[in-house]
Amino acid sequence: MQIYLDNSATTVVAKEVIDAILPYFSGDFGNAQSVHAFGQRAKAAVEDARRQVAALINAAPAEIVFVSGGTEADNLAIRGIAEAHQAKGRHLITTKIEHPAVLAMCEALEQRGFRVTYLPVARNGIVNLQDVRDAISDETILISVMHANNETGTLQPLEEIAEIVNERRAQGHLHLHLHSDAVQSIGKIPVDVKKLGVDLLSLSGHKIHAPKGVGALFIKKGTRLEKLFYGGHHERDKRPGTENVPGIVGLGKACELVRLNFTKRTSRIRELRDYLEQRITAAIFTVQINGDVERRVPNISNLSFVGLDGESLLIALDLRGIAVSTGSACASGSLEPSHVLTAMGLSRQEVRGSLRISLSAYNTRQEIDCAVDALREIAGRLREMLPTDEVEASSVFSS
Amino acid sequence: MAHSITLSIQMYSQTIVEHLANPRNVGELQNPSGRGDVTNEACMDRILLTIKMDAEIITTAKVKAEGCPPTIAAASVLTELIIGRSLDDVARLTRHDVEAALEHLPAMKKHCAALAIDALQSAIDDSRRR
Repeated sequence: MQIYLDNSATTVVAKEVIDAILPYFSGDFGNAQSVHAFGQRAKAAVEDARRQVAALINAAPAEIVFVSGGTEADNLAIRGIAEAHQAKGRHLITTKIEHPAVLAMCEALEQRGFRVTYLPVARNGIVNLQDVRDAISDETILISVMHANNETGTLQPLEEIAEIVNERRAQGHLHLHLHSDAVQSIGKIPVDVKKLGVDLLSLSGHKIHAPKGVGALFIKKGTRLEKLFYGGHHERDKRPGTENVPGIVGLGKACELVRLNFTKRTSRIRELRDYLEQRITAAIFTVQINGDVERRVPNISNLSFVGLDGESLLIALDLRGIAVSTGSACASGSLEPSHVLTAMGLSRQEVRGSLRISLSAYNTRQEIDCAVDALREIAGRLREMLPTDEVEASSVFSS
Repeated sequence: MAHSITLSIQMYSQTIVEHLANPRNVGELQNPSGRGDVTNEACMDRILLTIKMDAEIITTAKVKAEGCPPTIAAASVLTELIIGRSLDDVARLTRHDVEAALEHLPAMKKHCAALAIDALQSAIDDSRRR
């Protein structure tokens, strides 16, 4: 049996999405820039998708730019703002727990003479608003804070950060922008760009049952940014390159499915996640939940099996057809732990024993039961092997 | 997950995965002839090997291990490599023998085989001191 519990890595493409995409590979294969009927059908499909994406996040269609995925969306937002506004200032603010698409982009900008502040997070994985306030200077052109963290699912106080940004703007700091990587929050909690108060927001198709290779960047009307690529005038001159029509159609359809089934899907996922955690914590005493248990998306559970090794758990589960992921990896004799869990102040032991279980609406209660039974057995076996005598194997498991 | 976390199951041989699923000779012997307890300080992996000998022949070996799949597999396969053999014989084992017994180790996991040999050497040294 195959049980997929790694939906924060990627998701299965929904059948409705596949059905929507297929015509654009054959009959309606036109280039959306072409004037003839083939092109116009493709163009109409792209614009329908733009409306579908915009509707999900309460944006105007003209504020949506299609890109290749979350990484490009993050790069375009950060580099685009940095290059367009550097005359006003060369300072950016982000957090230590961002996705590499943000962190590596910021590091590259540091190489080009920009200054970047990486905000710390508390043990619960959340940034301190006073730290945000203190980090802002007149030179600051961008604050980039992810909506939900990809490892823990923890939510950042974006609306409150937007308030800080608005206060600064009211004082004349007009070149200050707010970006958020919402790749992990889209489809899991309501994402409304007006409510959140962001200028830019990244999203990715393959995390919400659309194909890989497509994403979008919301760019609030009036926001000036430099493009990454040079070529034609596609996507309102923000993103040259022939449109990935099937991918864009798939993203649009996936966004529509999220919007129409939102409450049903998310309450189901939350119920499954809570059931999973309740069963695991009841079965295995030495497990802890990482990150803020209230302020998080409903589909991610980041657990630490203290004393065990996440990779050993992962491989042993994989052997039984159960897919999860870990923040622990040992390479060439040195532990390269998750930068997120480390920034949260977790001990080496806690990081080493970490496992991320991430669900989708396609998972079932029966799959959760199977996974918990397997985990209990595997953790029990690995614990019996531990040289430490601090915890007797027999006393670790309740049943 | 994190960008450094890209270890794939394809990196591990069937033998490693099989030892992870069914580790051999797990435990710790009471009153052993030799005891080796070694830790790789960099990654915190640990192997505890206890052996019992009869006339220079290792009759029993038990192992405990903490760490990543290759460390657990190396500890497990080590016991199979040494039971029934003479102390002089097993003293010549190297990490390459452990690696060969596991079919293959990814480049970044060679130290796991070395840790198993360190545990063996430590147990041999201990038995010679007793």
